[in-house]
Amino acid sequence: MPRAGGSMSDWFSAKKNRRHETVIRTGLFVCAALSVLTTGAIVYVLLSNAVYAPGDKTAFFERVTVTEFLTSTQWKPVEGDRGRFGIWPLLSGTMMVALISSLVSIPAGLGAAIYMTEYAGPRERQFLKPMLELLAGIPSVVFGFFALKFVTPWLLKPVLGLLNLDVSIFNSLSAGIVVGVMVTPLIASLSEDVIRSVPRSLREAAHALGSTKFDVSMKVVVPAALSGILASFLLAFSRAVGETMAVAIAAGGNPVMAMNPLKGSQTMTGFMVHASTGDSAADSISRMSMYAVGITLFLLTLLINLISGWILRRYREEYQ
Amino acid sequence: MSEFVDQPAVSFRQGTDTLLRRRLLNAKVFRTVCMLLTYSSLAVLGVLMGSVLWSSLSRLAPDFLTNHYSMNPVRCGILAGLWGSFWLVLLTAAMSIPIGVGSAVYLEEMAADNFLVRLIRINLSNLAGVPSIVYGILGLSAFRPLMISLQTFFDGTRAINVLGLFRVRILHLEIFDGSVLIGAMTMSLVILPIVIIASQEALRAVPSSIRVASLALGATRWQTIWRQVIPAALPGIATGVILAVSRAIGEAAPIMMIGVLTVASMCPGGIETPLQLLQDPISVIAVPFDQFTAMPVEIYDWSKQPDPQDRFTDVAAAGIVVLLGVLLIINAAAMIVRARAGRRIQW
Repeated sequence: MPRAGGSMSDWFSAKKNRRHETVIRTGLFVCAALSVLTTGAIVYVLLSNAVYAPGDKTAFFERVTVTEFLTSTQWKPVEGDRGRFGIWPLLSGTMMVALISSLVSIPAGLGAAIYMTEYAGPRERQFLKPMLELLAGIPSVVFGFFALKFVTPWLLKPVLGLLNLDVSIFNSLSAGIVVGVMVTPLIASLSEDVIRSVPRSLREAAHALGSTKFDVSMKVVVPAALSGILASFLLAFSRAVGETMAVAIAAGGNPVMAMNPLKGSQTMTGFMVHASTGDSAADSISRMSMYAVGITLFLLTLLINLISGWILRRYREEYQ
Repeated sequence: MSEFVDQPAVSFRQGTDTLLRRRLLNAKVFRTVCMLLTYSSLAVLGVLMGSVLWSSLSRLAPDFLTNHYSMNPVRCGILAGLWGSFWLVLLTAAMSIPIGVGSAVYLEEMAADNFLVRLIRINLSNLAGVPSIVYGILGLSAFRPLMISLQTFFDGTRAINVLGLFRVRILHLEIFDGSVLIGAMTMSLVILPIVIIASQEALRAVPSSIRVASLALGATRWQTIWRQVIPAALPGIATGVILAVSRAIGEAAPIMMIGVLTVASMCPGGIETPLQLLQDPISVIAVPFDQFTAMPVEIYDWSKQPDPQDRFTDVAAAGIVVLLGVLLIINAAAMIVRARAGRRIQW
């Protein structure tokens, strides 16, 4: 019975194969589970340094009350009585930069998305898309340099100087503008995808009813794709909130509440870079405050991203 | 009554004319505005490139690539950052590519639809939105202590030196706080979601007929994945991976958090030329444990350098030109991979 012997060894090799497959499968599962571990580690590190520290370390909120953190309007992360730990100056700085960036990126990104889907021909699109990808690929430090060395001295100072406005070397406006340019490709590509997925029949129906291209774009296509477009705005906003190097270079390091975009401010990310590069001791209050700011940043971006995802799912128009 | 008969006709015509004219004008203005908005982003890109190139001209010379940091802007170079970024990216890629592609293969090809897998998927999409600086905090507070405990371990195993070969090196092996390895571990976490998502998309683009045919011919799950699906998805995976790696080159925030050097006159492992690397390959062992700086960190430092004559501006601009040059080469490689693969594989 040669056949039987053959099938016997086949059976053995198949079994060996299966065991070998289980090992691979487990290994790959570990890889995939690593991402959950990463999130867990981030949360643990933030909590164990900000809220409750195991061992003999003292966490940030064991030295500073949550009430002070959330209500004080001064941020002076120094040891002793002079220390003030109110998140608002950093939060307002962050929000100002992110809002200015939205003022730049929303029109530019949505305009580009509409132009690429509704107007540009295939050849023009083939040129535009890689160019926008190129813009998206430029590192953050480069934008910071551009804001500090070009936008402020060569654009803002002369233009706003005509209006007799005084622009500081470090200012939130230049930081906001470059961050806006940075996140424009994100809005453009995400919005383009959702606009493209609006079925042709809707456009054709609108055209047949006598609509101009403007009517089709703004009254049919954009409303139909609105959930995706809003989600892209929120993602870009959250990216602007977490943006670090450009802001750290251009906005300066002065945590003030005055919402003046022509003066310097400090963002949450800017403070974190500043605190980590300073030569303060590892358990000093300025180092520990970094974790409290980090937790605020983490929760804020997570919240915006979750809302963005929720809008996308909740209000998605389904087309066959 | 006649008024009623006459007037509607006239006003109707006039009405449509002005209305139509206005609507057509509207449409034309809208198109122009959209076009201007699109091209203004590109114009900014052009102005950015132009202004950087212009101010870099005074410092962009061959010795910029071979000089170390100097207080004197005319002599200041990017050598340390160039080597630092090179080793950082090499280690980052070595860690993140296998893990990232492995995760994608598991999620796309093997995973059942259970609670844990759904958790991984949701978690992944949220991780992609975490600011890179938060990963820096993780590196600072988790990986640095890890390295310090590793250091005590290495101190305890001097006995290996007796074996001879690695003697000198291991004797001098010091593990520093802001080492290349910690930086690469941190950076791997930053780009891991990008690698995974790009690889998932590439795997999804492989038609299921390939899998079904392979399974029908008696191949196992893994044989199908390893011999059919991954080769077919490889160009897409490679493109995504290259883009993720180029992100790692430009990223500064997470490695600034772990205490990377901002001013450095040394290259990791003391390797300053490729020739040196060939002559003394053993010196590579020290690289992961050595301190380093990276190009974007140096550019940050130069941009903030207070100099009355603003001479460091030119140095920073020259650094940016080098950084963008490296990124351009990498992206060109990605494009070539995509173009060549596109020609070969057609479903």
